[in-house]
Amino acid sequence: MMNFNENKSIQIKGINEGLLITMGEGNWVDLEKELLAILEEKAKFFNGAKIALDVGGHVLRAADLGMLRDRFSDKGITIWAVLGSSPSTEMNAQMLGMATRLSAPAHERKIHSINTDNIPGEEAIFIHRTLRSGFKVDYDGHVVVLGDVNPGAEIYASGSVVIWGRVRGSILAGMPENHAASVCALELTPTLLRIAGVTYLPSKRKGKNQPEMARIENGQVVVESWKIKS
Amino acid sequence: MTARVITFSSGKGGVGKTTTTANLAVALASANHKVVCIDADIGLRNLDVVLGLENRIVYDLVDVIEGRCRIRQAMIRDKRYENLFLIPAAQTRDKTAVSPSDMVRLCNELRPDFDWILIDSPAGIERGFRNAIAPADIVVVVTNPEVSALRDADRVIGLVEAEEKGPARLVINRLNSVMVKRGEMLDTNDVLELLAIELLGIVPEDEQVIISTNRGQPVAMDEKTKAGKAFHNIARRLNGENVPFLPLGDDNNIFNKIGKMFKPGGN
Repeated sequence: MMNFNENKSIQIKGINEGLLITMGEGNWVDLEKELLAILEEKAKFFNGAKIALDVGGHVLRAADLGMLRDRFSDKGITIWAVLGSSPSTEMNAQMLGMATRLSAPAHERKIHSINTDNIPGEEAIFIHRTLRSGFKVDYDGHVVVLGDVNPGAEIYASGSVVIWGRVRGSILAGMPENHAASVCALELTPTLLRIAGVTYLPSKRKGKNQPEMARIENGQVVVESWKIKS
Repeated sequence: MTARVITFSSGKGGVGKTTTTANLAVALASANHKVVCIDADIGLRNLDVVLGLENRIVYDLVDVIEGRCRIRQAMIRDKRYENLFLIPAAQTRDKTAVSPSDMVRLCNELRPDFDWILIDSPAGIERGFRNAIAPADIVVVVTNPEVSALRDADRVIGLVEAEEKGPARLVINRLNSVMVKRGEMLDTNDVLELLAIELLGIVPEDEQVIISTNRGQPVAMDEKTKAGKAFHNIARRLNGENVPFLPLGDDNNIFNKIGKMFKPGGN
């Protein structure tokens, strides 16, 4: 990322579709002034660029957007898209013939890690939802899910995976080679289960599904009933 | 009037989105609700055929969006139900001709004049799907009791949640009770266990659906058919009525047999 000013209220970075300018929080009048100052200063550098302007929660009138578009186009820069969370901003941008989304919107949801500063070496995320088809969790640490892992969903973790629910998707734990990692679930019938690169070959299941734990033993993945041993 | 916007989606194609949209439109219109259907499947329009209105198209959705006509001019009024309107899709364009915000604006303009706006989403999860769910108040996911359809439905439910339009509601279409009984088809519980969303209705497999679709007369026009009755029940549930689910047993169980003895002509 290139930061053109020390003050982080306006960020500029390169994306597939050109440049993305993200406007921060604060008074729009000041932000706008700042943006135009950057424009004056770096006009040569920006010349010919295609810009997507992310205005966040700011509500902009068509006149505001039109003014910006004209000021930029004076310098040979096109604002082709305006991104924002306000529907009226979106509508105004559309009226001016600008796009309101980048071509590939990110459907990935953000997952925040829990602060574990006080427990050294043990990072985990807690996910309180069912992971549906197409959802991927990729985490350097342990993963705890309160919900199911449906077919077509995937968990990729460097540590252990605990699922308080039914697993029917793919679980890759202890990647790439953490042999101490384990996978626990209330019902473990995964599409794919791999621990530390070793794939589990499911055997014929007998009887009712019960909570199970998978771990590495002698280089093989073994699955056994998940019980607290006293 | 402030219309509620329902979008019918599925991920997988061929599960019955268009059939469901058309039949619920008929069921709601026959209960004196004012309904407009929007076919969002630009480039592959079908809803006009299923509703039997294909030879009355003059303007389409893209004409409205691009300002070549007013909304009124693109709305086709059904002659059988005067409360039922269709805005057809364009056949010669593609999904990129419309944006999600266009759909939101269009629906907001229609809302004051209708009770229901039903949007038939195209298959897939790309632009056309996003166009269709952008204005939705309620997303109804249509699926078949098949593993492939379920996986796509699950994906769509996840995407609907991500767009903060959730939780979606479920219609299970083409359930064959005989096959379920023989253990050859997933049953309702299997489906609900996986998808874990509210069930809005179950539509039994019914040959009448194919016949009526080809004729452009949605099966819900005849409430005596199995599928037609199921669609009317779904319409009532959408309307807030508490309608019990149809008993899905086939017609040959002992109670039905006894019932038939006293009711010549059956159900």
